[in-house]
Amino acid sequence: MDNLKKYNQAFIDTFRISEDQLQNLQYQSIEAWDSVGHMSLIAALEDAFDIMFETDDIIDFSSYQKGKELIAKYDVQL
Amino acid sequence: MEIEDMLKISPYSLDKESKQKILSERLNYLEKFHYEHCKEFRAVKDNLTPSPDFIPVRLFKEFDLKSVPDNEIIKLMTSSGTTGQSVSRIFLDRSTALNQQKVMSKIVADFTGASRMPMIILDCPAVLKKRELLTARGAGILGFSIFGTKKIYAFDDDMNLKLDDLKEFINEFGEHKILLFGFTFMIWQYFYKTLKNLNTRLNLNNAVLIHGGGWKKLASESVSADEFKKSLNEICGLVNIHDYYGMIEQTGSIFMQCEHGNLHASIFSDIKTRRPNDFSECNFNERGIIQVISALPVSYPGHSLLTEDEGEILGEDDCPCGRLGKYFKVHGRLKGAELRGCSDTYERR
Repeated sequence: MDNLKKYNQAFIDTFRISEDQLQNLQYQSIEAWDSVGHMSLIAALEDAFDIMFETDDIIDFSSYQKGKELIAKYDVQL
Repeated sequence: MEIEDMLKISPYSLDKESKQKILSERLNYLEKFHYEHCKEFRAVKDNLTPSPDFIPVRLFKEFDLKSVPDNEIIKLMTSSGTTGQSVSRIFLDRSTALNQQKVMSKIVADFTGASRMPMIILDCPAVLKKRELLTARGAGILGFSIFGTKKIYAFDDDMNLKLDDLKEFINEFGEHKILLFGFTFMIWQYFYKTLKNLNTRLNLNNAVLIHGGGWKKLASESVSADEFKKSLNEICGLVNIHDYYGMIEQTGSIFMQCEHGNLHASIFSDIKTRRPNDFSECNFNERGIIQVISALPVSYPGHSLLTEDEGEILGEDDCPCGRLGKYFKVHGRLKGAELRGCSDTYERR
């Protein structure tokens, strides 16, 4: 699976949403992405890419798009 | 100054004067904002002479206090409470919720280091099941979870200790620093006592324990803070133990206990003590009612609250741990106040 697919899949599996919802997805914009869901998403991404986010990045991870930017810091090319 | 800018300052690095400048500007802003946007808050301020620089924390139980429109509220948090007890209801908008998490992680990182750790949550997973409504216990767990990498709950939903899982977890991650988080009474009742009854020891001398939620129930069992620490040290080698003082009404800007046993105000918070007869401010080392002040609450008027706890301020800017700001001790609940600590209200089914 390429990295973008893995990235998308983490959102789709964690929040049980479809791929066409991803582009504009933001923290707290759907019920599933609340503070509990947020920690599950982070865990799913960390498992998928074998990385460990810094606390500041977990907090800054405010949208699907912002996450793409942040994950690049961990040498993940999407 | 916005919270965003305050976050760039190390949380215990400002002396009295520099802190005052930043904090009072922020508090003046909040005071005015809530006066204009929350009519219950305005009523308290207008109807009392002299107008107090706080509101009683109890008001959050009696009224839904909000300073932003309903469509901006994303989360409701409640204090813990047993059946029949009234609970505080705290309404959060996006930016208040976000600032709470940012500030808390800044404060805690000053004690644990910024890196994340394997984490043992000394509670049961059921606490987080009702997602639309977060209790104080759930909020605490969630807030601290940001420091956890691999996580495990120490108890099942009936509060039975999962000893084998714990041992396995400690075996696997024991060479790292492990973070333990939980509520004081539950740690004593269900972690310490269970280990003691089973005559089992765990090796956690490399771990750091952060706990909060109040001492009232332990005080009624005559367990002192010293005994709590000593007992945990004996049964699992824990030496690095930090209590914290905080409440759901001021989530985020918590008061952490340093290695010298003192609770500390950061640049995001302040503390005063007041005399019960006329609410005048106490001197240092004089017991009084605790007033807590926070730079964070925007969606609800919780920036300056008179608590139902008694405490004393021990000093300012000169704690031997080196952290600047006021440091203090909490002596417990005022007589007649409701039993209400996160862990104190847990009743076994």
